[in-house]
Amino acid sequence: MKFLRKQLDSVKHNFEKGGKWEKYFFAYEAFETFLFTPNTTADAKGAQIRDAIDLKRLMMTVIIAMLPCLIFGMWNVGYQHHLATGQTGTFMDALVIGLVKTVPIIIVSYAVGLGIEFVFATIRRHPVNEGYLVTGMLIPLVMPPDIPLWQVAVATAFAVIIGKEAFGGTGMNVVNIALTARAFLYFAYPSQISGEVWTFLGEGVKPVAGYSGATPLAIAAASTGNAATDLSSFGAGWADGMYSVWNMFIGVIPGCIGETSTLMCLIGAFILVFTGVGSWKIIVSVFAGAWAMGLLLNAIGTTPFAQLPAHYHLVMGGLAFGAVFMATDPVTAAQTETGKWIYGLLIGVFTVLIRVFNPAYPEGIMLAILLMNVFAPLIDYFVVSANKNRRLQRATV
Amino acid sequence: MSAATDVVEEVKEKKSEPLFSKKNRKLISNPLDIDNPITVQVLGICSALAVTTQMKPAFIMALSLTVVTASSNVAISLMRTTIPSRIRIIVQLAIVSLWVILVDQVLKAYVYDVSKQLSVFVGLIITNCIVMGRLEAFAMGNKPWPSFLDGLGNGFGYGMILMAIALVRELFGGGSLFGYKVFAEIGIPYQGNGLLLLPAGACILLGVIIWVQRSLNGYREAH
Repeated sequence: MKFLRKQLDSVKHNFEKGGKWEKYFFAYEAFETFLFTPNTTADAKGAQIRDAIDLKRLMMTVIIAMLPCLIFGMWNVGYQHHLATGQTGTFMDALVIGLVKTVPIIIVSYAVGLGIEFVFATIRRHPVNEGYLVTGMLIPLVMPPDIPLWQVAVATAFAVIIGKEAFGGTGMNVVNIALTARAFLYFAYPSQISGEVWTFLGEGVKPVAGYSGATPLAIAAASTGNAATDLSSFGAGWADGMYSVWNMFIGVIPGCIGETSTLMCLIGAFILVFTGVGSWKIIVSVFAGAWAMGLLLNAIGTTPFAQLPAHYHLVMGGLAFGAVFMATDPVTAAQTETGKWIYGLLIGVFTVLIRVFNPAYPEGIMLAILLMNVFAPLIDYFVVSANKNRRLQRATV
Repeated sequence: MSAATDVVEEVKEKKSEPLFSKKNRKLISNPLDIDNPITVQVLGICSALAVTTQMKPAFIMALSLTVVTASSNVAISLMRTTIPSRIRIIVQLAIVSLWVILVDQVLKAYVYDVSKQLSVFVGLIITNCIVMGRLEAFAMGNKPWPSFLDGLGNGFGYGMILMAIALVRELFGGGSLFGYKVFAEIGIPYQGNGLLLLPAGACILLGVIIWVQRSLNGYREAH
């Protein structure tokens, strides 16, 4: 630590006013404050409200909450690879395969995203924001393990420049940046991020007999008889009972790197709620909205997918991951307390609606969250004006 | 708007001015930059998003609009003192549709495939905000020659943005230019970007062009 401090101090004068790298002061400052607490805190006599938590700490908490998903996801990449190719491997074998596939995606995401952040911070002469720490980890978690790295780079660049910097940087974005990156790939290069791309097979490796890469959502959408039976009979011969509710809850199914496991998402949700970083109202209401819509469709729906028991919707696809890590994004979610309930409920409702009724989009959570991100300010506006009216009626003047 | 001041100056002017005086040159150059119909006045967006998946239809569209704007500007300018102001919009519409029908027939005769591709968008030039806007704002108060230049300038300004959007969309969306497979010819395997082929992609591109233009010339929306 002392060594680092010394090194930083020895080059500091170059970046200060009048120094030869004056232009890059904010790039330097970002490194410095990343390593050490800034020495510009308020003193003990100040009247400010002080809290031990700052933006960097907040972001690190979210990253810690994502770690269970990430580690489970890495192992699952390898596990699915073993399952699909008929090999057997230990826990470590699976984890190593997952590491090899996942770490490059994470590196590309951080390198491209932070690079753009540094460029914009230098041009606009403002400190580098910490906002990208979380986004940079979210992007790999919502990618399939086989995604080409250049696509990750292009999508990250698009999301950071168009989704964030065009609107003014961290905290000014209208829609969730990680989901912008995913939506970009979804519309720009659909063949690598939809269909049967969710299991890493490897170059020229033959899958086992009877193998199919179909996801639970695709099976339910294509079902002509009973969707629940189709799901439980999937994988016969090579992975019996793969899509049972329990398996989907635990997450040993193909999918994006981080989103398969509802259990790990719930552990992350617990960390977020316990530390006060994420809003439990949004998380609960997304699940409630999806479940309620599922029940409603059970009652009135006619297609096999609509008849699928409502609790399936809670464990299939990326609903849990979206609810816990995407919908709770403090920048793009509704800010008022009542608004959070409405916002979350509508995300859940739209997710199930898109899943069941739109054959072009098997998964609905991404588009549902992006849609409600856009409407969050409007929800807040109506909540605030309803509150005003209520108080005006009570006023006696 | 600038047109109002132009009217006043026009009345004061007594001496005949040279054909390409500084003011007349401005009529051509302003719409290309600080008074661009698409990026500054935000008119004609619908066709800018609809016909720009490929360079060729975008070029034909830009050409058609330039012809229509310039010629209806001249026609209206010639009639400007005789049009009763209460029915001026319908007179303008009649004249614009005349030119649009002419252009449409020419397209059908000589470039039938592009005409098919552009489909209703040629007909919709009649209601294109740029054409109507120039007639109302400029041709109704100016002599034929400046009106002609103004129509040309706005057509070029529109065409310039259309071509820029179409260039990016066709090159990076489909990997070709004017139908010529650029990447395939060079031998680079290129995977087309599907988002650029959607109207949403064009909308984002247009936003980026506006962003770049405004950070270059420092234009700010007046509040």
